[in-house]
Amino acid sequence: MGLLDYFRSNQPKSSANVAKERLQILVAHDRATRGQPSYLPQLQQEILAVIRKYVDVDLDAVSVNYEQEDSREILELNIVLPDVPSAPRI
Amino acid sequence: MARIIVITSGKGGVGKTTTSAALAMGLAQRGKRTVVIDFDVGLRNLDLIMGCERRVVYDFINVINQEANLNQALIRDKRCDHLYVLPASQTRDKDALTKEGVGRVLDELSQSYDYIVCDSPAGIEHGATMAMYYADDAIVVTNPEVSSVRDSDRMLGILSSRSRRAENNDEPIREYLLLTRYNAERVDVGEMLSVEDVQEILSLTLLGVVPESKAVLTASNNGIPVILDRESDAGQSYADMVSRYLGEEVPHRFIHAEKKGFLSRLFRG
Repeated sequence: MGLLDYFRSNQPKSSANVAKERLQILVAHDRATRGQPSYLPQLQQEILAVIRKYVDVDLDAVSVNYEQEDSREILELNIVLPDVPSAPRI
Repeated sequence: MARIIVITSGKGGVGKTTTSAALAMGLAQRGKRTVVIDFDVGLRNLDLIMGCERRVVYDFINVINQEANLNQALIRDKRCDHLYVLPASQTRDKDALTKEGVGRVLDELSQSYDYIVCDSPAGIEHGATMAMYYADDAIVVTNPEVSSVRDSDRMLGILSSRSRRAENNDEPIREYLLLTRYNAERVDVGEMLSVEDVQEILSLTLLGVVPESKAVLTASNNGIPVILDRESDAGQSYADMVSRYLGEEVPHRFIHAEKKGFLSRLFRG
């Protein structure tokens, strides 16, 4: 890193750089969800509702991943259960 | 057989119609028989940009509904013999654009033209998807600005899934990036996304960079496609774009700000 770069790095990021980073994240996310079945968000909501009947999990504790390969589709469910069981104690 | 080119973007106001008019005029000037079609039913504007708004008698929807034939609806450009304009309807609703109807008109045009330029409306609704459905090539017009880049990326997704080529498993639509309203000075000081930034995000073949230019508004005021203004930077960059589209190797211009001399910098001239 040159001496000039050292001084530059202390400056705030240029707005163009901020724009680029935001877009890269956004576009990657958009592309990942592209081509997914349209029922996926509702499926996620309903699964979450069922789980919350029994376990007190956060709203973002269920992640639904959909992947498509050449001849097969993979639907992956990931549920994060709380560390301490939140069942009513006597 | 004609080659069908869609000019698309998702976001409005980025320069689709300006680009459609410039590309069609540029191709026609090189002797290619070209027709440019306005797909923006209800909000037609291409006729204004082309300067033929007072000569519109029949429109695209009339032809689709077989109320007029193509020869009655096509407007011959007065500046270039090889160029014809098919205007959109001002009044009817977009559902009049049926897949069968559009396909039939494009088939008929394909018999007698080399290039069919489809000026897509903004958005991802029916008119936009109809404009791209039959395309062989797509020019994605993008401004160096976050919402435009994101919309362009969404458009690429739609191009690769909802076109005739995608449905028939043919060779996919060839997609090109055209960056418009580019301000090299602002890019240099980090206030605007650069060509490289946008290309990195969208990973498309770069067809051209059109600088933000006063000439574009002047041209639209006068109803003259900006490519005919050979003195202007925008006109020259559109001419380069047409050359590149036709396979010529043309270096990109107007990407970097002109270096100011020491004295002019000193006096902020």
